[in-house]
Amino acid sequence: MDDHSPLKQTPLYALHLQLGARMVPFAGYDMPVQYPAGVLKEHLHTRAAAGLFDVSHMGQIRLTAKSGRIEDAALALEKLVPVDILGLGEGRQRYALFTNADGGILDDLMVANRGDHLFLVVNAACKDADFAHLQAHLGDSCDLEMLEDRALIALQGPHAVTVLAELWADIATMRFMDVAEAELHDVPCIISRSGYTGEDGFEISIPAVSAEDVARRILQHPDVLPIGLGARDSLRLEAGLCLYGNDIDTGTTPVEAGLEWALQKARRIGGSREGGYPGADVILRQLSSGASRRRVGLKPEGKAPVRRGALLFADAEGQKQVGNVTSGGFGPSAESPVAMGYVPTDLASPGTILFAEVRGKYLPVTVSALPFVTPSYKR
Amino acid sequence: MLKFTDEHEWLKIEGDVATVGITAYAVEQLGDLVFVELPEAGSAFAKGDTASTVESVKAASDVYCPLDGEIVESNQAIVDDPSLVNSDPQGSGWFFKLKLSDPSAVNALLDEAAYKELIA
Repeated sequence: MDDHSPLKQTPLYALHLQLGARMVPFAGYDMPVQYPAGVLKEHLHTRAAAGLFDVSHMGQIRLTAKSGRIEDAALALEKLVPVDILGLGEGRQRYALFTNADGGILDDLMVANRGDHLFLVVNAACKDADFAHLQAHLGDSCDLEMLEDRALIALQGPHAVTVLAELWADIATMRFMDVAEAELHDVPCIISRSGYTGEDGFEISIPAVSAEDVARRILQHPDVLPIGLGARDSLRLEAGLCLYGNDIDTGTTPVEAGLEWALQKARRIGGSREGGYPGADVILRQLSSGASRRRVGLKPEGKAPVRRGALLFADAEGQKQVGNVTSGGFGPSAESPVAMGYVPTDLASPGTILFAEVRGKYLPVTVSALPFVTPSYKR
Repeated sequence: MLKFTDEHEWLKIEGDVATVGITAYAVEQLGDLVFVELPEAGSAFAKGDTASTVESVKAASDVYCPLDGEIVESNQAIVDDPSLVNSDPQGSGWFFKLKLSDPSAVNALLDEAAYKELIA
């Protein structure tokens, strides 16, 4: 990305300024990193009540088969992801990955079956590349549209459902990963019961012109605080969720990243639509015989946060480097430092002690099961 | 005597010992602290050396030694409870006491009015 191009603003930019947000550049957008409450309180508030996030920088893409048949759109998208899209029912959403020929990850995304089309939500930093990738490979059979005129907000936390039920009573009937269309204050919205915090919650796609109005009305609820990117990162880290560009990228495969759960049976060896996506040879081989390294949770023993880029060693003297930390920080709910990184598979068992280099010291870290907090998804 | 640096540290000077901390402005910029690492008593630093590290949820930041000197005491209370720095940065949230190699060097630091102008 060109660092000198002017920062883009989301439809909620004026609201962020009015709320006293500290704004930072992120993926080409001027985004709120925190509000006056601060990262720590924002994080804890989201786990205790409800937090409102502006994620309008993310890409929203509509994919429609030229034939008009949703099955054709699903089969087309399956050429680019190792995921069962054909089996995704109407009104359901699922996590997916764009892979490259080496089995690396180009981006991670959400895919929803909206009945007559697929609705994709992709990372902000990747959205232009993702759109070009889709256009190049599926353009012959599908129509693609980047929905530039829609905002995306997330309401996350145990009170999210009761807050939104005041706007749309039926919201409580949605299950985790359901997608529905509903009017919030007479504004037609696409709502999914999903998120990036490990909490129950919703992501809401709103026409840009009405986004500020809907966001303000949600913020009027006493249980809701606005939450910035700082707490978004600590929440997703505690939930063991990958951040594209940190924990997964073109140099990591879905198997190395521990994302086998996202690769359904239909696309595996012996499945009805085995392979047929970029890097299938590598990924199918790793699914059968394993990968040489794996993404793991890491719990530092002391109080010092171990951050992204820290090297991991097998010994306390820093003689034998075995891996590196890809995300790390302080977990306000875990009340301790938490991290993720890649280690050789034979060192990936929970309980394994490794040593992270921090400011010239080698701090003991324990390989831990992810997530660090118990998710409360409404399945 | 109270002095300040343009790295947002304060020094309360009594004789040849300076009690050092970070300013309310610095704390506001850093946000809630979750970890503080302090120098050991007896260690010597030159002006500008990293004497301490503080971490918020988001990031780690260095605290520099404001003048040449030797650490005579560190504030264990902020190691045990980093939030003290947020709640009382220019009081109980002090970092360390520094025996100055050259007490006259404090004259080159900012006084309170000059520091206020810096952050205005």
